[in-house]
Amino acid sequence: MNIHIKNGRLIDPRNGIDAQLDVFIADKHVAGIGKAPQGFVAGQVIDAGGLIVIPGLVDVAARLREPGYEYKATLESEMDAAMAGGVTSLACPPDTDPPLDEPGLVEMLKHRARSLNQARVFPVGALTYGLKGEELTEMIELTEAGCKAFSQADALLTDTRVLMRAMQYAATFGYRVWLRPQDAFLAKDGVAHDGEVATRFGLPAIPVVAETIALSTMLQLARETGVKLHVCRISSAEGVEMVRVAKSQGLAVTCDVSMNHVHLTEMDIGFFDSNCHLMPPLRSLRDKAALRQGLLDGTIDAICSNHSPVDEDAKLLPFAEAEAGATGMELLLPLVLKWAEEDKVSLSDALARVTTNPAQLLGVKVGHLSVGAHADVCIFDPAAAWKVEPSALKSQGKNTPFNGYTMQGRVRHSIVEGHLAYSI
Amino acid sequence: MKNPQLNKNGELQHLLTTDGLPASILRHLLDRATEFVNVAEGREIKKVPLLHGKSVFNIFFENSTRTRTTFEIAAKRLSADVVNLNIGSSSTSKGETLLDTVDNLCAMHADMFVVRHSSSGAVHLIAQHVAPEIHVINAGDGRHAHPTQALLDMFTIRHYKKEFHNLRVAIVGDVLHSRVARSQIHALTTLGVPEVRVVAPKTLLPTHVEKLGVQVYHDMKQGLKDVDVVMMLRLQNERMQGALLPSAQEYFKYYGLTQERLAEARSDAIVMHPGPMNRGVEIDSSVADGTQSVILPQVTFGIAVRMAVMSTLAGAK
Repeated sequence: MNIHIKNGRLIDPRNGIDAQLDVFIADKHVAGIGKAPQGFVAGQVIDAGGLIVIPGLVDVAARLREPGYEYKATLESEMDAAMAGGVTSLACPPDTDPPLDEPGLVEMLKHRARSLNQARVFPVGALTYGLKGEELTEMIELTEAGCKAFSQADALLTDTRVLMRAMQYAATFGYRVWLRPQDAFLAKDGVAHDGEVATRFGLPAIPVVAETIALSTMLQLARETGVKLHVCRISSAEGVEMVRVAKSQGLAVTCDVSMNHVHLTEMDIGFFDSNCHLMPPLRSLRDKAALRQGLLDGTIDAICSNHSPVDEDAKLLPFAEAEAGATGMELLLPLVLKWAEEDKVSLSDALARVTTNPAQLLGVKVGHLSVGAHADVCIFDPAAAWKVEPSALKSQGKNTPFNGYTMQGRVRHSIVEGHLAYSI
Repeated sequence: MKNPQLNKNGELQHLLTTDGLPASILRHLLDRATEFVNVAEGREIKKVPLLHGKSVFNIFFENSTRTRTTFEIAAKRLSADVVNLNIGSSSTSKGETLLDTVDNLCAMHADMFVVRHSSSGAVHLIAQHVAPEIHVINAGDGRHAHPTQALLDMFTIRHYKKEFHNLRVAIVGDVLHSRVARSQIHALTTLGVPEVRVVAPKTLLPTHVEKLGVQVYHDMKQGLKDVDVVMMLRLQNERMQGALLPSAQEYFKYYGLTQERLAEARSDAIVMHPGPMNRGVEIDSSVADGTQSVILPQVTFGIAVRMAVMSTLAGAK
């Protein structure tokens, strides 16, 4: 059905647009901006007066928990969450059960997701079988099945020879390798940043060098192999600086940060709040400031939700025993808006970090609203304030460090492939 | 953020940690303990009826004989009914969650829980979970806190040194893994001790230990120089396996408390240890049994301090 989005403020970071412009959608694609294409007849009119119209968000890290962890979340629940968050494209890490190491699993996931007709799902394939860090997966087959990159998720690869070969193999075919830098030995048993809070609370700690040592290895191997490396969930000031230097030297490296780390620090653990048990751990104020600086100067390309729904019981445990992770897709947009306001970033620049930039990381043609592009649109009310109440979240995961926070900015409509999938 | 240990009137609701407790509350508990020492020493009958009709549940998710026994004696001297549960070997191994266990015990009409758990923050979780009329005492959680041990240490120091504001105190040993050390540090700094030192190799100190308000020493002789109080920590055998220390022998050679090293401290310095001691590992027998040792009085005072904590929480005057 043709859709006419009228009276809205269109922000399209990729095309440098921030203006009062109508959007016309026909045949699943953007048919016109500002003026209707010839012969356009709207089947549906959305009055976006007072609202902001943007490309649907692209989230580079959203766990859907299928297959295998349906007690934590299901495709149905998390796709609803994506729509409520204006996320129209998402990349899901391979740490399912079984992991995404077989083309059949990837095809099944894509098929199940497509049948729900909500967000586009771009699986990230396992880099090694079973994420065990021993044998390479069939990357060509997995790519044909729909994988956009290869990753170890949080299963850290300790064998550097396997890592080098995986990168060489991926580089042969131009595939992207996404890795979270963390040295498995230095991080062993750790649950919190090795800082003041862990010292005071006696929590097993993960030092910053766990990140920088692994990052150094990755960067050197990327330089050696020529692979397209994407650094996932950078968390420390030193890590940001290493990526900055690598980029300045011309290395093809990109980087993302989780929205939790843009807003929170170790101090938010409060009195052992297990909602703040996250991986990587929340670090110091200084690290948070450096992450924000990295976003401003382009060292960090994208912000992701690192959406990781966890079942309630797994959080009702002492901090160290509680499972790491938090729900996030429904909070991604308001938290990006909050960052933009706090750091005086223009809306267009801020939104680039959750639209066109992550789309480029995935190498997919979404994240912008050029004429002819996929009609994936998010329409939100920038003035709407709402309180985060776990029970009101669509995600099956109800745990978030932002529980009780007041958010500014609420998604009103989500359109995927020209189809109005969500409205409130 | 609300202090989870205090009720809305600023009174002690639970005893979870010495971190963030006002000095007035610490002093009150020490004063109250003094009354119980007199009760214990001055009367034929060692029992007072302050907790008569109340049920105290000692829930130990981690084994301990000594701490559990002193809590049991303290509760019985206050005339409470005491139930001891060693959960380490029952429910959780059958898959019951921590909070399910607590709910079940609440349903048995517990008035007070004394909890030990191997995970830092476990006792906070329980305190947040129970009904407001139930009081929770932390008998040691992970590496986080052991407040009654710290209080009995403060009681011992005050008993022998009278004041806190003119003292130099050294805490020696495995601070990294020690809930006792963390609670001691907070109690000492809150009570106004101007100089608290920690003495240990770098592998046994938390990265940001100086942020707790202590001075860091790696050399035993320098660390003990002119101190009034030496507080030794227990060294667990498993520290050798984690590549934290090469051997117990080498540790004793550089960090063991011997008469020779103790001579660096003031001549009237007292030597303390939370027990159980490893003779020949962190402390030499001649020191442990020597004239400056107050290790056994610590144990005696521990009962009075735990009586003070329980009776204060129960609001019984």
